[in-house]
Amino acid sequence: MKNVILHILKRIGASVVTVFVISLIIFIGVELLPGDVADAVLGQSATPETVEALRKELKLDLPPHIRYVAWLKDFVQGDFGNSLANHRPVAELISWRFSNTLFLAATTALIAVPLAILLGILAAFYRNTLYDKVISTTTLSFISFPEFFVAYILIALFSVKMELFPSIAMIDPHMGLGRKFYTILLPALTLTCVVTAHMMRQTRAAIINVLASAYIEMAEIKGIRRLRIIIHHAFPNSLSPVINVVAVNLAYLVVGVVIVEVVFVYPGLGQLLVDSVAKRDLPVVQASGLIFSISYIGLNLLADVLSMLSNPKLRQSQF
Amino acid sequence: MTNLLEIKNLYIEAHSEEVWQPIVKDISLTLKKGEVLGLIGESGAGKSTIGLAAMGYTRQGCRLASGSILLDGVELMGASDEDLRLVRGSKIAYVAQSAAASFNPSHRIIKQHVEAPVQHGIMSYSEAQKEAIKIYRRLFLPDPEKIGFRYPHELSGGQLQRAMVAMAMSCEPQIIVFDEPTTALDVTTQIEVLAAVKEITEKMNKAALYITHDLAVVAQVAHRIMVLRNGRLVEEGETRALIRKPKQAYTRELLNVRSLREDKNQSDKMAVILTIKDVAATYTGEENVLEDINLTVRKGRTVALVGESGSGKSTLARVITGLLPATGGSINFLGEDLPLELKHRTKDNLRRLQMIYQMPDTALNPKQTVRRVIGRPLEFYFNMRGKKADARIRELLSSIELEPDTYINRMTTELSGGEKQRICIARALAARPDLIICDEVTSALDQLVAEGILDLLQDLQNKTDISYLFITHDLATVKAISDKIVIMLEGKIIEQGAKKKVLSPPHHEYTDKLLSSIPEMDPDWLDNLLDERLDSFI
Repeated sequence: MKNVILHILKRIGASVVTVFVISLIIFIGVELLPGDVADAVLGQSATPETVEALRKELKLDLPPHIRYVAWLKDFVQGDFGNSLANHRPVAELISWRFSNTLFLAATTALIAVPLAILLGILAAFYRNTLYDKVISTTTLSFISFPEFFVAYILIALFSVKMELFPSIAMIDPHMGLGRKFYTILLPALTLTCVVTAHMMRQTRAAIINVLASAYIEMAEIKGIRRLRIIIHHAFPNSLSPVINVVAVNLAYLVVGVVIVEVVFVYPGLGQLLVDSVAKRDLPVVQASGLIFSISYIGLNLLADVLSMLSNPKLRQSQF
Repeated sequence: MTNLLEIKNLYIEAHSEEVWQPIVKDISLTLKKGEVLGLIGESGAGKSTIGLAAMGYTRQGCRLASGSILLDGVELMGASDEDLRLVRGSKIAYVAQSAAASFNPSHRIIKQHVEAPVQHGIMSYSEAQKEAIKIYRRLFLPDPEKIGFRYPHELSGGQLQRAMVAMAMSCEPQIIVFDEPTTALDVTTQIEVLAAVKEITEKMNKAALYITHDLAVVAQVAHRIMVLRNGRLVEEGETRALIRKPKQAYTRELLNVRSLREDKNQSDKMAVILTIKDVAATYTGEENVLEDINLTVRKGRTVALVGESGSGKSTLARVITGLLPATGGSINFLGEDLPLELKHRTKDNLRRLQMIYQMPDTALNPKQTVRRVIGRPLEFYFNMRGKKADARIRELLSSIELEPDTYINRMTTELSGGEKQRICIARALAARPDLIICDEVTSALDQLVAEGILDLLQDLQNKTDISYLFITHDLATVKAISDKIVIMLEGKIIEQGAKKKVLSPPHHEYTDKLLSSIPEMDPDWLDNLLDERLDSFI
C-alpha cells in the first residue's frame, strides 16, 4: 500500500509540472497575440497619453518574465486580477461561470456514464445480434452529427413542438436545484448524445476483448450464467480502459462544450472565454485557460489512480 | 458397475477455410465410477477437444457433429444451453492447463471457488467457504485458512494449479477433466500437483479424464490409457499392459522418447572457448539475481544449464549475450575478454555468439520469407548477396534437413512449430558461430518433434564442432544431449561437472530432489516417491 501512495504522489507531482508548463504556454500564447492590448482596449479613445497610462496600469511596460512570475504568484493565491472589460475581479466573474459549467458537466455525466456503460455491457452480451447493431448504429449516428445540429433538433422537438422544456438554459443563482435541472435538461441531453457513443463503444470493446480470456472459458465451464460472466468476470477486468475513456469524456464536458453553451445561451465558462477573447480581456482568457487545463489534467490523474486501484495486481505491486 | 460417462462414435468438426473439417473422428470411450482414463497424444491429437466435449462444450469455431455423449445417463448431444449449464461445474468439472490464466485476476481465489456451488444452488456462501478451506487443507495448500483470500497473482504456479484442482472439487462433481494440469510446471512442482490429483482420484474416489502429452505422467495416475493421433484412436489398454507391450508403432515411439543417447568421448582435450568468471548481475540495482557464476564451455561440447523457473538461467544467457550487462566478473570468449555491454561489442563478437529461443513463433518475423530470414545474417555479417547468398541459404536448409526448393520461398507463418525452430537454427548457423545459446528450444514443441530437433543439433555438433550452452528445465533433455551439467538455484550455481558425475550419487540435496522428480514410466514411481518423501518428513 505504501508503494501505491508513493506512486500516486509521483503522478501528482508530474501533473503539477504539467500544469506549470501549460501556464507558460498560455502566457506565451497570449503574449504572441498581434497588436497592442492597450490600443485594442481603448479603441476610439486611444491617444498616446491614455495608451501610455493604461500600459503602466496593466504593467505592460515591465518585461514579460517578471509579469509571468507575478501572474503565476497571484494565481496560486487565488487572485486572478481584474477584468479589462468591466474592471471586476476575474475570480468573481469566473467562479459563477465555472460552477455552472461543472453543474452542466456533472448532470450530463450522471445521465451519460451509467447509460453508456449499461448499453456497452448489453451490446457485449448481445454482440453481433440485431440489438447490438441497433445500439451501435444509433449512438454512432449521434456522434457523427455536429453538436449544434443535435441541439437544434432537440429544441425543435421538445421545446417548439411539444413545449416540454425551455429552449434557453438561462439559470441564475436563486433558482432551486429542481428548477435548475429542468432548465438545463436539453443541453444535458444534447451532450449525452455526443459523449455516450464513445464511452459505450469502448465499454463494449473492452469487455469483448476480455471475453477471449481463459478465465472466461473457465467460468463458462463452471456453469455460470452468461450475464453474470459479463458483469462479474469480464467487466471488472475491462475497467481500466473504460475509466480512461470516461475521464476523457468528462474532461470534454468541462472544457469543450462552448458550442452547446452558445446554442442554449447557457452562462458557462466556455462562453465567457469566447467573449473575452473577442474583447481582448486577457486576464480572463489566461485564467480560464489555466482552469480548463487544471480540470483536464486533474480528471486524467483521477482516471490513472482509479484504474490502478481497480487492478489488484497493481494495487499491491512494487513500483 | 454402470458407466458414468459414455461417449459413442463422437465426431467433432472445426471451421477452417470456409468448410467444416473433422478434428475428432469416431471416438468412443467409457468411464466408470472411481476410474481414471488417460488421454495421450501430441498437439492436434484432439485430446483437449474430447475432454471439453465430455462437458458438452466446444471452443469457438468448433461443433459437435455427431455421436452421443451420455453423462450419468443424460444425453448432452443436442441438449439446451441451460441444461448444459446446469451440468457443467456441478456434475463434471474441469482443470485447465494454465491456472494463472484460468483464474480471474480481479477476484480472490475463494470467491471464485465458491461461485459454482453458490450459483448452482448447492450450498450457501458460508458453507461453500468452509468446504473450500477443507479441500485446501486436503490438497496440502499452505495456510489453508487464509490462502483463499489472496488474489491469484499472490500464489506460486504450483499452488495456483492445486487451488484450481480444489476449485474443480467445489461442487463434488462425479467426474473431473484434467487438461494437462502439470505441463506448465517445473518437475518438482509437478509432483505436488500429481499428489493432489492422486488424493482426489484414489482417496476421494472420483472418476477422471487425464489429458497429457507425457506418457510417464499419465502412467502414474491412469488405470487405462487411450493413445490418440490426429483425432483418431491409435490404441487403448490397461496402463501397465500398454506400457509393457504397446501394440502400435506410434505408441512405441512415444515410449522411446526418453531413451539416452550414447556418450561421446569424454576427453577434456578440446579447447575452452567460453570462460565465465565471478559474474554477478542485477535488474533492480540492489538485489543480485546472479552471483558467483563460474563456468566454462569447451569446443564441440554441450553444457546444459538446468534449474527451475526463476533460478536465473535465462538471465545468465542475457548476461552472456550482453543484453543485461554483468555488474561484476568477466566473460572470456575465444581468448579475449568480451565487453560486458552489448553496444561495446564488435560485429565479430556478435557473429560468433548466436542464440535460439524458446518460442519459434515469436522469434521469426511473420511477414518474412525463409529466404529473407536466413539471408539477413549472411548479408549483415558476410556481405553476401544474390546468387552466392542463395546457394548458402540452400546449403543451410539442407543441413537442417528441409528441402530447399520447397521451403526457401515460404512465409514463416506457413511452417509448423518444428520447422520454424529448424529455421531459427539455420539463422543462427548462417553466422558461422562458435557458440549457440539454446534457451529452452524444445519446451514449446511436441515430444517427437523436440526429439528431431535434438537429433539435428547433435548431428550439427558432430559435423562442425560447434558448442552449445543449453538452457532447460527438462532433465530428460539434459540426460539426452549434455556433456556437462550445471545446476542453478536462486541465482547461484550449486553443482556442476561432467554428466556422469552429476547424475550419479552422491548428489547435492537439491540435485537429488530435481533428479528424483523426473517421472519414470513405472506406474508405481509416484506412489513410491511420495511414500519416500513422507517418510523423510517424519
